[in-house]
Amino acid sequence: MNEEKDVIILAFESSCDETSVALVKNGRELLAQSTATQIKSHQRFGGVVPEVASRHHIEQIIGCLDDVFSETGLTYADLTAVAVTYGPGLVGALLVGVSAAKAVAFAHQLPLVPVNHMAGHIYAAQYSAPLEFPAMALLVSGGHTELVYLAAENSYQIIGETRDDACGEAFDKVGRVLGLNYPAGKEIDELAHQGKDTFHFPRAMEKDDNFDFSFSGLKSAFINTVHHADQIGETLSKVDLAASFQQSVVDVLAEKTVRALRNYPVKQLVLAGGVAANSQLRDRLAKECEQLDGVQLVKAPLKYCGDNAAMIGIAGYVAYQHGVRADMSLNAEPGLEFEWLK
Amino acid sequence: MKILAIDTSNQPLSVALLEDQKLLAETTTTVSKNHSATLMPAIDQIFKQSRLKPADIDRVVVAQGPGSYTGLRIGVTTAKTLAYSLDKELVGVSSLAVLAAAVHPNDDTILVPLFDARRQNVFAGAYQWQDSQLVNVLPDQHVSLNDLCQQLSGKKICLIGTAAQQFADEFAANLAADSYDFAPVETAVPRAFVLGLLGEDKQPENVNDFLPQYLRITQAEAQWLEKNPAGKENHGPYIQKY
Ligand SMILES: [Zn+2]
Repeated sequence: MNEEKDVIILAFESSCDETSVALVKNGRELLAQSTATQIKSHQRFGGVVPEVASRHHIEQIIGCLDDVFSETGLTYADLTAVAVTYGPGLVGALLVGVSAAKAVAFAHQLPLVPVNHMAGHIYAAQYSAPLEFPAMALLVSGGHTELVYLAAENSYQIIGETRDDACGEAFDKVGRVLGLNYPAGKEIDELAHQGKDTFHFPRAMEKDDNFDFSFSGLKSAFINTVHHADQIGETLSKVDLAASFQQSVVDVLAEKTVRALRNYPVKQLVLAGGVAANSQLRDRLAKECEQLDGVQLVKAPLKYCGDNAAMIGIAGYVAYQHGVRADMSLNAEPGLEFEWLK
Repeated sequence: MKILAIDTSNQPLSVALLEDQKLLAETTTTVSKNHSATLMPAIDQIFKQSRLKPADIDRVVVAQGPGSYTGLRIGVTTAKTLAYSLDKELVGVSSLAVLAAAVHPNDDTILVPLFDARRQNVFAGAYQWQDSQLVNVLPDQHVSLNDLCQQLSGKKICLIGTAAQQFADEFAANLAADSYDFAPVETAVPRAFVLGLLGEDKQPENVNDFLPQYLRITQAEAQWLEKNPAGKENHGPYIQKY
């Protein structure tokens, strides 16, 4: 009789180029997830085209929603709340998920929980291990590169971020120069393992006394090196180029993260976001954490590093437990950001 | 039959609840800055006013396009998801037909609703009342003003919508003065009541496959097709599910 009722969250994610719907139980257990990725479509253009992305989302959203219900046999009566990514991301893409989530919440009179996409990335790590606080998160993706201090559950404060390109953006631009398909992260990672850091590209702001990042200098140095070689008819080693680029990125990310961990004693370092799938970065941070007494590295499982609704379901559960609610006027916020730590 | 009708295809926002062709409640505004923020509260309000629950409706009717891409997606996503999650019927109606259906001339004048599509282009179609039925006589299209005038020349027409007045000079230059007229100003704003009436007799759509009628492919795809004339057949599928 006194049994606690399961909290089942229906989660929507549509901030960029994946349409994803998930059912998550008690903030831990993924009951079902259906994701439609548009990468093949955007490969035609060498990157995500917002209007094309928005059109794909509306083509896929009902199919994904239908999948999670038919897979689990659950009904709307089983749901506790509806969670949705409302930013940051592409506004037209976000609007599809937000509109769908609001419609379900209204139709079945369910609480609506707005979720910051980046909080979703952080909580994806909880599919590996429960988060313990205080914690630090290194968020690295195609749109973001930031260090976030997590004083407690449902608390997110930025302590540093990129001043120009996001880390994943640099991977994609460099990938284009190397003639790789978008998104290039995985292929660069593979090439890098076969090469050596022979070019010694700059490590921007590595020694600066802050927690910010910069990748545009590295990107320019890379492009200049390749163009110069082209002009004098020299062919550079693709694997060494990839290795040198990736080494520089990993050095900067690791250096800044270690600096942050020294300044803010935490129990865990959470590695999350699309670039968190990079094997060299994962290995390097594991080594760094071993050196730092008592900091546990928690990595989002590879399959939840990219954009997905499973992670929105967990972050949505946490927000739901903390009483976070939106009303029917919820709008997409493409530029949504965590607050800065003061 | 109880119908929820939704039109967010352009700057105006209109939602209505109908029962057996009678209006229960309607909200129509032209001041909504953001349909994403205002649509659901407006729907919530008309349900409350009508003392209906979402599950009480039989059908959702939505203005399917043409119009603003973002506006269409907000309306169509909302309509699709309501219909799917409540297990109700879904019907789409041309956003241009909604404007035409509010005008009732005494003769066989051709009704030409239009929306501005920028750079001297419009979204336009032509409609006519035949035996009390609104019939489409020129398909909705994205068309330059010049082309539209050519297609309409020699016919007796009535121009409808805010874009009609906006291009008054162009029409004066391209159409014979006695061949066209402007519809009364009160017909320039689409009303979801009219939309609901138009949608009552239509066959329900497959909810999953239902999409806005943009009437234009994206610029990125147009440019890509120019460079890759073999086109989609040899390239897709673009979506992968897992
Ligand atoms: Zn992301």
